[in-house]
Amino acid sequence: MSDNTLNVQQQSGAVQTTGHAWDGDLQEYNNPLPRWWLWCFYGTVVFSILYWFIYPSWPVGQTWLKGFGTVSYTIADKATGKEQEREHRWNTRALLLEDLGDAANNKQRRDMLAKVQAAGYDQIVKDPKMMEFVRSVGKGLFGDNCAACHGRGGQGAKGMYPNLTDDDWLWGGSMDQIHETLVRGRNGFMPAFGQVLKPEQLDDVAEYVLTLSNEAKPSEASERGKEIFHGQTGGCYYCHGADAKGVQSQGAANLTDKIWAIADVDPKKTLQDNKSAVKDFVAKGVNNTRVMPAWKDRLSPTDIKLLAIYVRQLGGAK
Amino acid sequence: MSEESVQLYQKRIQIYPRSVKGPFRNLKTGILIVAYAIYYLLPWLRWDRPNAPDQAVLYDLPGRHFYVFGLTIQVQDIFWLAGALIIFAILLFFVTGLAGRVWCGYFCFQTLWTDLFMMIEHRIQGERPARMRLDKGPWTREKILKKGGTYGAWLLVSFWTGLTFTMYWADAPTLMVDVLLGRAPYPAYFTMCFLTATTFVMAGLAREQVCTYMCPYARFQSAMFDHDTLIVSYDARRGEGAKGRASLGKGLKNRDERQTRGVGDCIDCGYCVQVCPVGIDIRNGLQYQCISCALCIDACDTIMDNLKWPRGLIRYTSENALNGKKTNLLKPKTIGYGVILTAAITILAWSIATRAPYTATVEQVRQPLYSQLADGSIRNTYEIKLNNKLTAPMTLGIGIEGLSSAVLDMDGMERITLEPQERLKLLARVQVAPDPTGVGETGNKITFVVKLLDGATANPIRREVPFSMPEDGR
Repeated sequence: MSDNTLNVQQQSGAVQTTGHAWDGDLQEYNNPLPRWWLWCFYGTVVFSILYWFIYPSWPVGQTWLKGFGTVSYTIADKATGKEQEREHRWNTRALLLEDLGDAANNKQRRDMLAKVQAAGYDQIVKDPKMMEFVRSVGKGLFGDNCAACHGRGGQGAKGMYPNLTDDDWLWGGSMDQIHETLVRGRNGFMPAFGQVLKPEQLDDVAEYVLTLSNEAKPSEASERGKEIFHGQTGGCYYCHGADAKGVQSQGAANLTDKIWAIADVDPKKTLQDNKSAVKDFVAKGVNNTRVMPAWKDRLSPTDIKLLAIYVRQLGGAK
Repeated sequence: MSEESVQLYQKRIQIYPRSVKGPFRNLKTGILIVAYAIYYLLPWLRWDRPNAPDQAVLYDLPGRHFYVFGLTIQVQDIFWLAGALIIFAILLFFVTGLAGRVWCGYFCFQTLWTDLFMMIEHRIQGERPARMRLDKGPWTREKILKKGGTYGAWLLVSFWTGLTFTMYWADAPTLMVDVLLGRAPYPAYFTMCFLTATTFVMAGLAREQVCTYMCPYARFQSAMFDHDTLIVSYDARRGEGAKGRASLGKGLKNRDERQTRGVGDCIDCGYCVQVCPVGIDIRNGLQYQCISCALCIDACDTIMDNLKWPRGLIRYTSENALNGKKTNLLKPKTIGYGVILTAAITILAWSIATRAPYTATVEQVRQPLYSQLADGSIRNTYEIKLNNKLTAPMTLGIGIEGLSSAVLDMDGMERITLEPQERLKLLARVQVAPDPTGVGETGNKITFVVKLLDGATANPIRREVPFSMPEDGR
């Protein structure tokens, strides 16, 4: 801006000085704010006072100014699953619940849920859209209810909680069996053989069990173990079956596969270590240490259905 | 200046721009008509799109799709918007460096709507003196009618502006009916009312104050000027002469007389000041308020034509040209901006032209990293996200490469048909048979190959993901 311009603006009154001179000739420009700006400022002051009363604001004694507004929203009751209308004084949480209720994807979710409720297991498993929904909802349900024992990804904990991501199902991997497991719970049981069998016999049985899944080579000891397993002395075949492949109705484990849910058998270890792991387990048995609670009173039938499908797809169909 | 006259707050001085005729006025009117035709009519233009909305330009926020004629922009392509914004920014730098505030003077919506509102004002209340008289006069019936009529017309234009803007975000004919029947969604009404209010206030009342006080672009464009930039400028050398400007008084009627007396060509008629929409006097030189609308050029040329003197006392020129130097348009700065602009446009056009009809991403499920199965084989699970970007169904085939013994199990969904614009998440299990030697590889990788089987043609998408195994490779 040239000096010439300034002079013209000064003459026209657009630019003024504050009127005070320092050191004789030192003056300060006064660049006034526009009036509309001033009025906007007053407006915000008035607005802030109104705001105190419309929305929750100041603390007053033991309570606070609660504001005039109310928010109504629909929410499903946790126990019954029934939806009910609720009214709440204005706050952002109630507002969020209202928004969630109105949101387009909430409607999509409800429609999808109704579709899944109506469909049979076979239908759902074949439908990519429904399976996507089941995985998404099931992940949350699993995280809330199952992950505490079975782990976030369903990987379980060796010796304590079964791994749900492998294809071995103690109590059966069909949709109905998984549903049954969820509804009624399971209580794994195996008698303790520590008092029944002598230590040498336990050794032999352990060796035989290891040969079933090729963790050990057949030997004299395993032959003796085989007799105990299939004879009256041990009677293991009552539950594990003559082929040692387990009986799902009793939760008896398949001993011929590579999965060791409880005894810590590992091909990296020595035969002796593996044998003692199996032996310890056979001696102690399982009694009220592997209990899966019944979920029929804790989860709605829809949640159980969703979880059954979710769990089944974790391990995969057999 | 006395203490009393100091004001802390500035009252606006009302500007009454006089109308003018000329080539720049015609150019501005032309741009205004074209811009308004596009803005107000575009939402009504239909576009044949199977399985998708038939509005030519529709920004579908809930559906997360932007439809722009033949182009459907999805959320993940939103960087094109960033590309477009970068191009507009560089274009602004490029043009402003060359020809000054072209954007402000001819294209800015503030300028266009203010211009339209001034035309309405002029039509109802008359020319500048009539408007000034009306404002000064008492509130008569005539004043109430004229002022009310002007405000009413402004409000109507503002409302239509707000309504039109809203229609870019939903199906225009449906929304129009919904709005009139009072059953449109609340955000539509809010947007409409907000834009009606802002249009009315900004174009009707605030006008040049928006450019002077509010707009950041107005200020930073001045920083792009140099001595070669074309600016609307008063030729002070010619206008002022040796002794300054003077009106057409006695003995100052023609140029010869004036030149012998050392008086310049400016007859101080004030027409250039009266037509200025921001209320400045261009003869004071380049000012930050000037939006380069060039109406003062039309005004001065009209006077010069009447006097039969040469045009161009106020004209588009550069500071160098005014000082008798050569204007250099091909400066490194301009060339640089030009190159960047061309590059940005090329990249954006290439990116749009080579867009894939679908996307596929694969992620390994990391909890657990792997599971051992009953037969000793190792399984990894993956989540595959597919997205059909077309408005037609397509069938995709999913396969794996990389590990010879790996088997893919997707519960029969290896071949999957996606609905138009459908997104889908699938679960894939990959199993590797037990290694008989007991010594396997670790840190293996597999590659998912997603092929388009029908619906369109495209290169297969390949995604390499890790395949985790226990450390002993079992």
